[in-house]
Amino acid sequence: MAHSFSPITRRRLFAGVSALAFAVSAGAAFAADPIKIGLVTALSGQSALAGEAISRGMTIAIDEVNAKGGLLGGRMLELVRRDDEGNPAKGVTAARELIFREKVAVLFGGLDTPVSMAIVPMINAEKVPFMGPWAAGTGVTKNPGNPNFAFRVSAVDEIVNVGMLDYAQKTFKATKPGLILVNNPWGESNEAGLKAALAAKGMSAVGMEKFQDNDVDVVPQLTRLRAAGADVLFMVGNVGPSAQVVKSLDRMGWKVPIVSHWGPAGGRFTELAGPSGKDVHFVQTYSFFGKQSPVGERVIGALKAKYPNIKGVDDITPAVGVANAYDGLHLSALAIAAAGSTDGDAVRQGFYKIGKYEGLIKTYETPFKPGVHDAIQAGDYVWAQFIENRILPVGVTN
Amino acid sequence: MLLTALISGIGLGSMYGLMALGFYVTYAVSGTVNFAQGSSMMLGAVLTFAFARTLGWPMPVAILCALALCAVYGLLVEFIAVRPFASRGSDSWLMATVALGIVLDNLVMFTFGKEPRSLPSPLAQSSLEVGGVNLGVYPLQAVIPVIGLALAGALYLLSVRTRWGSAMLAVAQNRAAARLMGIPIKRSIALAYALSALFAGVAGVLIAPLANVHSDMGALFGLKAFAVAILGGLTSAWGVMIAGLIFGVAEALVTTSLGSGYTQIMTFSLVILALALRPNGLFGRAEVKKV
Repeated sequence: MAHSFSPITRRRLFAGVSALAFAVSAGAAFAADPIKIGLVTALSGQSALAGEAISRGMTIAIDEVNAKGGLLGGRMLELVRRDDEGNPAKGVTAARELIFREKVAVLFGGLDTPVSMAIVPMINAEKVPFMGPWAAGTGVTKNPGNPNFAFRVSAVDEIVNVGMLDYAQKTFKATKPGLILVNNPWGESNEAGLKAALAAKGMSAVGMEKFQDNDVDVVPQLTRLRAAGADVLFMVGNVGPSAQVVKSLDRMGWKVPIVSHWGPAGGRFTELAGPSGKDVHFVQTYSFFGKQSPVGERVIGALKAKYPNIKGVDDITPAVGVANAYDGLHLSALAIAAAGSTDGDAVRQGFYKIGKYEGLIKTYETPFKPGVHDAIQAGDYVWAQFIENRILPVGVTN
Repeated sequence: MLLTALISGIGLGSMYGLMALGFYVTYAVSGTVNFAQGSSMMLGAVLTFAFARTLGWPMPVAILCALALCAVYGLLVEFIAVRPFASRGSDSWLMATVALGIVLDNLVMFTFGKEPRSLPSPLAQSSLEVGGVNLGVYPLQAVIPVIGLALAGALYLLSVRTRWGSAMLAVAQNRAAARLMGIPIKRSIALAYALSALFAGVAGVLIAPLANVHSDMGALFGLKAFAVAILGGLTSAWGVMIAGLIFGVAEALVTTSLGSGYTQIMTFSLVILALALRPNGLFGRAEVKKV
């Protein structure tokens, strides 16, 4: 969750030594010519759980499409996965293999924005549609490719930032936001987005502070924001450093609303941040808690049936990975059906032909148009908080 | 506000000092250091977590066992990554210690797990209040410098009052003469490495409740501690400890007064400036080269 932008750490370089890239065949023993759907994401190391969530969302959707007879006159869908280990170079190699050898019809990207950014020029050159179920960097879909083959069903930094401001104004009547951002490219991307969102409303931040991934003490930064009169904090950071911000606030005895990007959702936030962790409101694209739509009920049922270790909605985690990938796969299937073939450019135009689709996250109405390659917009986000160890929509208590 | 920054800075600074002492003890005796000092610190924190939280041992037992294993790790560093190279007059121990640190970080990642964890401490629950004023620091942050300075003092006493300390000083001053006097040089160097990892382990145990416990928690710390060791001058125990305090306080003050965007720029610029003015560190002595 936290890896919208993450630097290549030396740990990651080594994490791959024992990693296996493997393919999963999704059944369909006798369908002569399956339509292959590729996935390049982190399947080992720190982000393995999130990569698995994407795989599960895609698998459930593929099963549904295949149960209805597949696409293009009975061709079954088949998922082909490769591990990128969060490394752009490995991601490009894996994507190339899926495009040229496996000849995937649609390539799904993974968690890390740098990996997706590295793959996007290639898919534009090779005319293979790309679907992003996670990485939130604005540039993934807003790329210079003409035509542009990158689509996404996920949060987008630029749109999340607009959503964060709207939410802070509506929920906390905030007028003087302070920015507390992790000091890396992800923080930079959000700094630009938040400043633009504020400027669009004729506002500005009262202060902007950065913290390091391993900072022990964020009190000095927060002291400055308090002195500047901040009445809400916009926080962007992975789970560990976000927890450090919350602990530092506790130590200072400063009770201030925190509106956050989705960083805290990536780990044991409650354990790390202590009791005040529950006061952080952060963005999600979907939650399986609370009242579900019929599609939600159906997906939960299918996940429980397919994966024995999913006993309840608590085990569907990270939820956004499952939900984004599920809708992304169904939208891709609709695009292939609209195209009438697996030709890359036809499928790209097929995405524009999708009309109404009743999905998991929402009911999509013409989700993609030339210039609009992101299906999730500011109003679609769900605001959530940790209650004990569960990510619940704000206001839902069980 | 300033007081908060000061206490917090002294707390962090003594952590840097403690780790920098680890550089000092091995440098003094052998002219080599463990560049992956941050990994030793991480080991202290992770082992304490594993013993206390995962296995449920009482905290004092967990800490003692963790520290003992840190010392063993120090012996291992010396045996695997330093001795084979230094004994041949090669400088490859430099890379070898870094490599061993990376191996350790990754071993911990595979065994301990990928998620950061939290190690609560009764000294880091509610913040310190003096006369009804919230100081914005945990009691632990005030305790850390006391422990840091006590350990520096203990190291000093060890080196002037004990046979073993005198032996180490002798090795530091003149290795050939020390060997002639029957001092076991190899053992002295190995012990210095154990001590070095032990200091880093203590820093790890102390920092764990304030930070998150995970496999790369030591990386940035190790780097800063090395800057501190150089700043203090690698040849003076008190020097590196004081340099640590200066570095920590400077960090906190710069962040509070100028903003966090300037912290790294200012503190590391200060290090460069200090070294330009005093090439052997603030408290170091120039090495006399006899011709």
